Amino acid sequence: MENKIIRIANLKRDFSVGIETVHALKGVSFDVLEGEFVTIMGASGSGKSTLLNILGALDRPSGGDYLLDGTNVGTLTKEQLAGIRNRKIGFVFQSFNLLARTSALENVELPLMYNAKVSPRERREMACHALETVGLADRMGHAPNQLSGGQQQRVAIARALVNDPVMVLADEATGNLDSKTTLDIMGLFQKLNSEGKTIVFVTHENEIAEYSNRTIVLKDGEIVKDYTNQGRQAILD
Amino acid sequence: MTVFNLSKIAVKAMARNKMRTFLTMLGIIIGVTSVITMLAIGQGSKQSIQEQISSMGANMIMVHPGSDVRGGVRMDPSSMKSLTLDDLSAIRRYATHLSALSPMVSSGGQVIAGGSNWPTTIQGVGEDFLMIRKMEVAEGVMFTDYEVKRAAKVCLLGQTVAENLFPDVENVVGQTVRFKNIPLKVIGVLAAKGQNTFGQDQDDVILAPYTTIQKRIMAITHIQSIYASAESEGVSEQAEKEITMALRASHSLADDEEDDFNVRSQQELINTFSSTSEMLTLLLGAIAGISLLVGGIGIMNIMFVSVTERTREIGLRLAVGGRGRDILSQFLMEAVIVSVGGGLFGVLLGLALAYGMGNMLDWPVVVTNHSIVISFVVCAVVGIFFGWYPARKAAGLDPIEALRYE
Repeated sequence: MENKIIRIANLKRDFSVGIETVHALKGVSFDVLEGEFVTIMGASGSGKSTLLNILGALDRPSGGDYLLDGTNVGTLTKEQLAGIRNRKIGFVFQSFNLLARTSALENVELPLMYNAKVSPRERREMACHALETVGLADRMGHAPNQLSGGQQQRVAIARALVNDPVMVLADEATGNLDSKTTLDIMGLFQKLNSEGKTIVFVTHENEIAEYSNRTIVLKDGEIVKDYTNQGRQAILD
Repeated sequence: MTVFNLSKIAVKAMARNKMRTFLTMLGIIIGVTSVITMLAIGQGSKQSIQEQISSMGANMIMVHPGSDVRGGVRMDPSSMKSLTLDDLSAIRRYATHLSALSPMVSSGGQVIAGGSNWPTTIQGVGEDFLMIRKMEVAEGVMFTDYEVKRAAKVCLLGQTVAENLFPDVENVVGQTVRFKNIPLKVIGVLAAKGQNTFGQDQDDVILAPYTTIQKRIMAITHIQSIYASAESEGVSEQAEKEITMALRASHSLADDEEDDFNVRSQQELINTFSSTSEMLTLLLGAIAGISLLVGGIGIMNIMFVSVTERTREIGLRLAVGGRGRDILSQFLMEAVIVSVGGGLFGVLLGLALAYGMGNMLDWPVVVTNHSIVISFVVCAVVGIFFGWYPARKAAGLDPIEALRYE
């Protein structure tokens, strides 16, 4: 039986705006298996960002269950959520979010700084290894402003990989990149996926979805489509 | 997260903004520097006053007549004739904690020697007076008890008097001076003592046996004041009490009558004048303290700017697993490093400034250990106090909003 990294059942999230209640997610259910590359698609206002926040353990659902690697995230305290984010999730953001004037290596080390179990020596080794994986072994000492957009996003991906998470969560990770670099980065995601990483990629671009092997489409807080990409495009490195 | 990691994160964050970190520190540096310098100046003046008063005498106790009303007229204490040689013997009998005792009568006027004259004060004292006032004879000898009994016409000159009366004479001892037409033979010259705290020239004086002054110059039988030395600082208070008892008995004062004399010790003088300079120290310290406070507010201001500016960084740190308290500790650590670092520089700069000023302006400066410790502790407290609120704000940020902050 395949290992289910994510199990989501009847997930709801409501927001109170004044006296009105906005139902951003109206009972969403799906599973993500280990080694899947899933894109979550939807126009703005579809509840995609809300789902992303919950998947990323940044927010808690109002109702329903979210199990990440067997842990029911909905019942955790704020501190425990931070622990989940630190050990089980790797974030990749649209705007990279690298620390300015800080070397690539130190940027990648950042998540491990919040893990007391990792010694400084291990931290350095793990960060070096992650940077090698994304092909930036020769750029470790460079600060973000000395790197191209594509390279910066590679550093961010290395940062997401450094704690060996069960899932890499990308939020419009190619939104700030040109089309050629986008292809590069998607190729990197495919490579990571082929090595067994589970990837959840949130986007509003149809083309991006074609590089993944499964697409979930949200509309008005509900899943309208959930299909496997038969003609998945492979990018040759 | 370990403290080591925390300091590392905080130091890195500050290193990214070296100029701002330095400027923030500058507020604290100036604050601490001024606290250290001001306290050093205040303490210095206090100590120099104490030293000067101590140099006036050895555990000295002074007795002066009290003021009284005679025929409805309030009299000036110095014109009172209530102290007598009987009082002196009473004190000598009763007071057991005294090492030296001397009466004093003094008169002002011109002293003449050949073609020179000089206005000065002649003090008629006993043999013990030199010891009480910590005076020394530079040339010649002090008069003896025998000369006191005889009311011998001898005297010792202070340096100022000697220089003015005998500018060209090599050997002053053996010369004769005249005071109110009484010729006095100079048997000694006192060692220079310099000015006292109040700017008086302590060398502008002539010492003679009190009997000589009483009988030959002033024609009085009373004495104007009594000087004594307590055996040690510790028994000074007790000696004062004994003198008071002796004088009350000698003056036959009833229990409900007030003292008609004043007994004051050197220690009381020191306390009186120290309290003035202590006030000064406090005042200077308070002003400097305010600048430290302003420096602290500077830290808070910059920390707020920093938190706002680094909202996305905070969002990122929260997203990759930083907990609220990690963020709180980081910002608090930054504030404390800035304030304690500034404190360290401030202490060094303050020491340099205090001693530099002391040397250049020839001011007495004393840097006490506790002024360093206090300003250091205050720095740390200022850092925590003013860093807390901005750090709290940073820690309370919602990661989702912080990440989207533009």
